[in-house]
This record gives sequence, structure tokens and C-alpha cells, in this order.
Amino acid sequence: MDHFPLSWGRPRNDAVDAYGTFPIQQRPNHGQDTFSSGIQHTQQPIVTGTSVLAIKFKDGIMMAADNLASYGSLARFRDIKRLHAVGEHTVIGAGGDMGDFQYIQSIMDELMIDEFAAQDGHALGPAEVHNYLSELMYARRSKMDPLWNAILVGGFKDGQRFLAFVDLLGTTYSASTLATGYGAHIAQPLLRRAVEGREDTLDAAEAEKIIEQSMQVLFYRDARSLDKYQIATITAEGVKISESRKLETSWSFAEGIRGYGAQTQ
Amino acid sequence: MAVQFTDGVVVGADSRTTMGSYIANRVTDKLTHVHDRVYCCRSGSAADTQAVADIVHQHLQLYSQVSGAPPPVHTAASIFQKLCYENKDALSAGIIVAGWDKEVGPSVYNIPLGGGLFRQPWAIGGSGSTYVYGYCDATYKEGCGRDETVNFVKNTLALAMSRDGSSGGVIRMCVITEEGVERLFVPGNELPQFWQGSEVLPNPKGKAVPEPQVVPMVVE
Amino acid sequence: MTSIGTGYDLSASTYSPDGRIFQVEYANKAVENSGTAIGLKVKDGVVLAVEKLVHSKLLVPGANRRIQTVDRHIGMATAGLPADGRTVANRARDEAANFRDVYRSPPTLKSITDRLGHFVQMYTLYSSVRPFGISTILGAVDKDGPALYVIEPSGVFYGYHGAAVGKGRQLAKTELEKLKLAELTAREAVIEAARIIYLVHEDAKEKEFELEMSWIGPETNGLHVPVPDDLLKEAEAKAREALESGFE
Repeated sequence: MDHFPLSWGRPRNDAVDAYGTFPIQQRPNHGQDTFSSGIQHTQQPIVTGTSVLAIKFKDGIMMAADNLASYGSLARFRDIKRLHAVGEHTVIGAGGDMGDFQYIQSIMDELMIDEFAAQDGHALGPAEVHNYLSELMYARRSKMDPLWNAILVGGFKDGQRFLAFVDLLGTTYSASTLATGYGAHIAQPLLRRAVEGREDTLDAAEAEKIIEQSMQVLFYRDARSLDKYQIATITAEGVKISESRKLETSWSFAEGIRGYGAQTQ
Repeated sequence: MAVQFTDGVVVGADSRTTMGSYIANRVTDKLTHVHDRVYCCRSGSAADTQAVADIVHQHLQLYSQVSGAPPPVHTAASIFQKLCYENKDALSAGIIVAGWDKEVGPSVYNIPLGGGLFRQPWAIGGSGSTYVYGYCDATYKEGCGRDETVNFVKNTLALAMSRDGSSGGVIRMCVITEEGVERLFVPGNELPQFWQGSEVLPNPKGKAVPEPQVVPMVVE
Repeated sequence: MTSIGTGYDLSASTYSPDGRIFQVEYANKAVENSGTAIGLKVKDGVVLAVEKLVHSKLLVPGANRRIQTVDRHIGMATAGLPADGRTVANRARDEAANFRDVYRSPPTLKSITDRLGHFVQMYTLYSSVRPFGISTILGAVDKDGPALYVIEPSGVFYGYHGAAVGKGRQLAKTELEKLKLAELTAREAVIEAARIIYLVHEDAKEKEFELEMSWIGPETNGLHVPVPDDLLKEAEAKAREALESGFE
């Protein structure tokens, strides 16, 4: 007799002992729902990128992300690119799972080829790309199989700046400063203080300074970040993604620190 | 990390303290003084290891007052071990104890998670250590001098810091000899650099417009 | 036509006793009735040109394109039924996208032509379908350099240095053979292509036509794009000039 009420009345797995030749409690998957193996569990990100930052400025959008892909706490790849140009007017920057991000890149590439092949004189701009991504992300979360990313979409087309966010749930929002991951906690307040109300007067050099300072604070405070990063600038002239650059950091003030309390030597 | 050499020991540590992946302190001093010639390197829970180090510090002050001489490194390590072993269920502490005493000279003790006590010529611990066991095995030699040992410690820590997200910041080191304790400091922007090549290569790409390989047509 | 009334021409799945498939041959007739399309494979690129016959003055200029883009670096021109041309172009785009999806690299023209040839041939096997009434010129600059292929309604395909299909193909081929294709640049080939299309059109004394041209070469950054307006105008002007001087 099977004394566990939870295993009573369960559908039988006909693939194993279809004719019930074993007593119930001795059957190989006794107590296991026939359907349990069919349950799909929502995955988790494996190789991950951290924050992406972006701001509006006078001539367009500036976006930044470091070059690190972590594997848990291991700094596994220190020279990957997390900023990606989509067509002539748009850059996407992603945090979260880098495998999913590469898949998204190939989808965007296919999309841009479809548009190119149409040869109809229309090009997809950042708004279209962002909307497409939000539909994609929401469709995948609805299948309980999300693309594990938080993505910033920045662009400039027809004299208009565009900057918006989309994440693994299909959540979207837009603002003149945006940040994903730790950046949303640490850099976003700094960006807001520096940018809000000055979107139309900040020049590229000032915008770069703001981004640089925020990346520096993130490097100081985010254990999954790197001091190597890239900046993307999207203006009327098109998309420019910089070479990797190194952050300036300061440490010398720490030389005199001793212990954690009364220690002096 | 701690490494013993002919005249003393070098202890070293990075300076990162994290809460999850948030860097709570980027300039932590993890080299903790427990007596004049005995230091420890703390890893695991900051609260636990500080509490343990404070208790050991108190024990050693009492010991030196009562005995009228500085405590041997082994004594300090044993107190650490007792605390760690008896409270293993409550503690998350991996501690390396190192120093110099007049009985045995330089020595290094490792007290990993379960509360065991192991004397070693060199010891590494903490999250970053797993990344550099191979480097230490390949590099460590017996009978090194001070400068060589300082470099070994510095390089090992820099390698661990470059790969481990939970390590980083600056390198702090102490050279402990009979003469005294010398503090060394390497700022985070002056760390030793290692292989800098590209880890991820771009996909192979043909030339956009390759050289023509067309055989000219025969024209009659 | 000897085939008519024999009953062997009613289905693509039936051979005639002497081993022919009349439905495929009829498809070739559809191609022969169409305005000429040519392709030139030259030193550094490929040029496609089409004599698009305008059957009504009510049509919007530029409508019903017969040159289409398959992938960034692949273009095609068709002669025959325009609707069949669009079907084949859509299939070609799907094949190119599938190639990229599987191999994560741009397809070579050979691979696309091979798949497309199979696709076209499938329509010669069944009684339920009709073979495509088009010949397709495919051009690309891929990793192996410039490439040019023609797929016929039977599904057979060949690689060419210069290709011509449609009504004026004979004269066009004669003209193409006079060129030193391997020594021309893409820009020079545009001029020659326009001249040939104008020439074959004049020869047939047809109704109105539009010259449609595209190219792939160093000046297009490896992309298949329409020939820019100024160059098209220049080529057309020179083509007319050549015609006039030819008749003197």
C-alpha cells in the first residue's frame, strides 16, 4: 500500500512498466508525476554583462558599457562588446545574459537585411527597433522563456533623439538618462543631477565627462564591473562606437588606512 | 595570502568588501594586527572575522602580559582555530595567520572553513584564491629572499583580482621580520599587468571586395 | 507547335515520348516574351540591368521592379512573369536568412543559387504545379569575389561572366562577348550595360521602356543597391549617344 496520499491517483507513465507488473511503491518513478519531467523551468543568466548607461545631449545620445562578461564572480571575458549598432541610426546596449544578447544581435541583423532587401526608401529608426525589441522580449517572457537582458536603445533619426529601455519582462520606459543593472541604483541619480534640464545645451565633451565619471563610480562600487569600457555616440552624423578605453581611478588616499577600528599599525 | 621566506613572512590582501555584488568598501584593510609580529588575513564574513580577530587580539595581549614575552605564531593560530572550530556552525571565516617568533622564526598557518589548522610554506584563501592555485604551484620556490617573495605575493594577488569579481581595489602587504613590520601599498591603478591580448576573437571575415580572380575572357 | 494536341503538354509530370517536358518549354516561351535582362561580372563587381517594358502610360514610373535585393550583397534580375520573379526573390531571401541563421556568416552566391535551383526544379515534377515562367540572373560580390549565375525554368543553373535573358538575349550576348569583362570596373560596366539595353531595345522597336540598373562593387561598399541617379542619367545619355552615332 502506498501511504503517501500525494502519489495516489497520479497519471501512470506508460513508458515504464506499462502493464503495472510491479507493486506501486516499487515502480521506478513512484511518487513522481508523469508530467514532472515536462515542466520547463525559467532559466537563469550564465555569462553576464553588468550596467549600461545612456544620456541625451545636445546633438544626440551617448551610451556606455564596460567590456566584461562575468561567469558568476569570475571575470571570464574582459574584452567583449556590449554596445551594438543596428542600422545607421541606432545603438543597443545590453546587460544580462550575453548569449541571449548575441541572439538578439543576430535577430536585429536579420531584421535590417529584410528592410534593406525591401529597397523601399524606408529605414528602421531607433523607435521601431525599440518597439520590435519590446514585443520580442514580452513574447518570450510569455512563453516562460525570457531573453535575460536589460537593454537600452539609443538613436537619432529625422532630427529626433531617442532613448528608451526594455527588459526581460518586456517592460519599457523612456527618459533623458537611463541605466541598467547596478547603474540604475548607482549611476542613475548622478546622471539625473548632471543631465536633467540640460539635455539641449550639453555638448559631446560635457556628456562624455558625465558618462566617464559615472562609469568610474560604477567601477568603484560594482564587483562585476571593469575599468575597460566603450562609448557610443549617435548623432545626425550616424553611429560611432569608440575603441575600448581605460578608466582613470584614484587609490593613493587609501595608503594610510589601517585596520577597521582602533588599529594603528 | 601569506608566504614564508628565509627571514620572515609576507602577508598580502586585496581591499574589496562586497555585499552581494555591491562593493561596500573598496579600500578595506584585511591585514589585521593581532600582535607585534603576528598578523592575520581575513576572508569570509567581515563581521565574523573581525569579532574573532578582536577576541584573539585580547587573548594575545593577556598572554604577553602574563608570560612577559611575545606569543609564538602557533599560539595565536591555535586560539583562532579553537574559536573557528567550536563555532563552525555559526561562523563564515577563513583566516590565514602569519608572523615571526623567536622559537621557529617565520611561519604561516591556514585555518579554512571547517576550523582545521594547517601549517604551510604559503597559504592562499578567500574567493579569489581558487583562480591562482595553479600560478602559486608553478611559481613558488623554497629559500626565496624578501623582494622575490613580495613580488610573488603582489603578482598572485593581481592575477586573482583581475579574474575574481569579489576581489579588487588595492594591494596591501606586510613584511613581518624579527626587526619589525613593514607596510607596502600598491594602488589599484598601478597593479602588475599580465596578458592583455584579446580573449574573444572576431568571427573570421573575408575581404569586402576580394581581389578579382577572374580569368580574362577570350575574345576572338 | 508539334506538342499541341498530343496530350503530353498538359502536365509537368508527364514526359513526351522523346523525353521532353513541354510545360518547361512553354515556361521558356514566357521568358522569351519578356523585356531583356542582363548581368555583367567584371573586375571588381557585378552590374544588373533590365529593359522594363512599360505596358501602360498610367503606370507610376519605377513601379513593378524587376531587379530585387536578396541579401546585403546579393541582387537578382528576372525576365518572364513578374509575379513569379517576386516569389523566387522571396524564397531567395528566406534561403539567405536561413544560411545566416545556421552558419552565422553571409551566404555565397553559389550556395543561394544552388538552393534556388532545387526550388525551381521542384516545380517541374508535379502535375499540381506549373514551372516558373522566369529566368533569373543572380549577381553578388561574396567572399570569393564577384559572381554571376542564371537559373532557367527547368531549375538548371550555370555561372557566367556575362549573362542575358529575355527577348533581346541573342543580340545582348553578342555585345557582351565583345567586352573585356574581366578588365572593366563596375562603373565602366554600368555604362556598357545601359548601352546594351538601349541597343537591344532599339533593335526590337518595342514600345516604351524604363532602364532599371543595380550594382555591387567597391563604390557601393559591397552592397547591392540601385545605380545612383546621376550615374544612371550619365549612362543613359551615353547609351543614346552611342545609338545615334551607330546609325550614322
